[in-house]
Amino acid sequence: MKKSSVLSWLIILLAISYFIIPLLSTFEFSLRMLRGQYSFEAYRVVFAQAEFQHAFIRSILLALATIVLSIVLVVPAAYLVRLRLPSWRSPVEFVTLLPLVIPAIIIVFGYIRMFNSSSWLPLTDSEWTTDLLLTFGYVVLALPYMYRSVDAGLRAIDVKTLTEAAQSLGASSFTILWQVILPNIRSGVLSGSFIAFAIVIGEFTFASLLNRPVFGTYLQLIGANRAYEPSALAIVAFIITWACMGLLQLVGRSRGARAAR
Amino acid sequence: MLGMAPFVLFALLFLVVPTALLLVGAFFDREGHFTFGNITELFTNPAIVSSFWLSIKISFASALGGAFIGFFVAYAVILGGLPEWMRGAVMTFSGVASNFAGVPLAFAFLATLGRVGLVTVLLRDWLGFNLYSTGFNILSFTGLTLVYLYFQIPLMVLVIAPALDGLKREWREANAVLGGSNFHYWRHIALPILLPSILGATLLLFANAFGAVATAYALTGSSLPIIPIQLFAQIRGDVLSNPNLGYAIAFGMVVITSISSGAYIWLRSYSERWVR
Repeated sequence: MKKSSVLSWLIILLAISYFIIPLLSTFEFSLRMLRGQYSFEAYRVVFAQAEFQHAFIRSILLALATIVLSIVLVVPAAYLVRLRLPSWRSPVEFVTLLPLVIPAIIIVFGYIRMFNSSSWLPLTDSEWTTDLLLTFGYVVLALPYMYRSVDAGLRAIDVKTLTEAAQSLGASSFTILWQVILPNIRSGVLSGSFIAFAIVIGEFTFASLLNRPVFGTYLQLIGANRAYEPSALAIVAFIITWACMGLLQLVGRSRGARAAR
Repeated sequence: MLGMAPFVLFALLFLVVPTALLLVGAFFDREGHFTFGNITELFTNPAIVSSFWLSIKISFASALGGAFIGFFVAYAVILGGLPEWMRGAVMTFSGVASNFAGVPLAFAFLATLGRVGLVTVLLRDWLGFNLYSTGFNILSFTGLTLVYLYFQIPLMVLVIAPALDGLKREWREANAVLGGSNFHYWRHIALPILLPSILGATLLLFANAFGAVATAYALTGSSLPIIPIQLFAQIRGDVLSNPNLGYAIAFGMVVITSISSGAYIWLRSYSERWVR
């Protein structure tokens, strides 16, 4: 036992160095913009750029829109499958897993072909409809995670009893779904939302091929032209991913605590 | 039934139909006639063949490396006698790192192992060792594989952890009672049970690397023409001067990722028999 735990520590230490060194190097590099001293100058410079601010705000708005639309689409579907349509389970789960099988570049290629300016639904014609299409694409990318989080939430509650109780009090289907079911599965919904946020904030392929300036494409652009700012933004991206996953853990833990009570 | 309409409509319009149309397009020429010409060109056009091949090799190398290292990391935190908090920390970090791909990851590795990266410089200044004189380059097959491992290892840890948790202590005890050694336990019990999970996870990692475009694009531009990057360039500006050839590339990519993901799902159902 003793020998094996020494080996385990060794494996973990090697793994930690592989995962930590790139982050430390990036952070160190991001502080070197002013000659001869460490400073947060690169962060200050890049945050002050108008293009950065616009791209970053657009990414955040896209992430929020993606989360709202995902919830509106997934919660009713997952609820109905669980309550009334058990035979739909396999096909619906299959569809929600497709975005993990089909690479994102292929989905967006399909969009460009289907919704281009000479098509029946020319969504890529104006900026706001392209943003709409981009949001739909992000909903698709987040679908596997959102569906599974919501479904796990539904599994943990008694959907049938809650529905019947609400119906006997005269609630409409709409009220049941959004005022009875949704609050009860909020930790599942939140988990899915944090993953969706993390996915959208760093996304590059969809936005680049649909020609929309977002955080990911700004990052790529600045990487080609600047030295220190890309490292600063890589650190920012990493912190956002950490924050999302940290919140995810927190939500998961509170769910565990409630179950234990 | 009616309540499913929005979801079904959305899935059809923004996932199933665009992809299906694209795949069907692979079998037509520009005049709209049915043809296998685009598909045969996948196998005869040297640039496309070498790109597919490069992608397969990089995905395979990073999947094998990620599966191997990830397995030992998961083993260390789950069965290796490490404190409990270590497991939680590694799992959370794996969640972060498996999502930390794309452009920022490429920058992190440029700042580490690029020509003026911290590790490159420290090796040179402290040890007098010039990494780039050994032929190493971060913008290469080895370099890209090393970068991909950053999201492949954590994904392996997340995927294989439930299988390691599923190893029952009774099996180890039964082995010991019957006079078996640690080697016997792994050779005849644990590895055979884990094998479908390990193989399946490796295939999942393969598919995961195969479709990735942002990391490689930000790292190497188009100097390392893996197939997603070829497709990216084709979508941007029809560099192959035949749009239907682009659809054929998409078709080829979907065939490869479908096979590896399908085999993963099949192997997972196979391995779940033991976890019951």
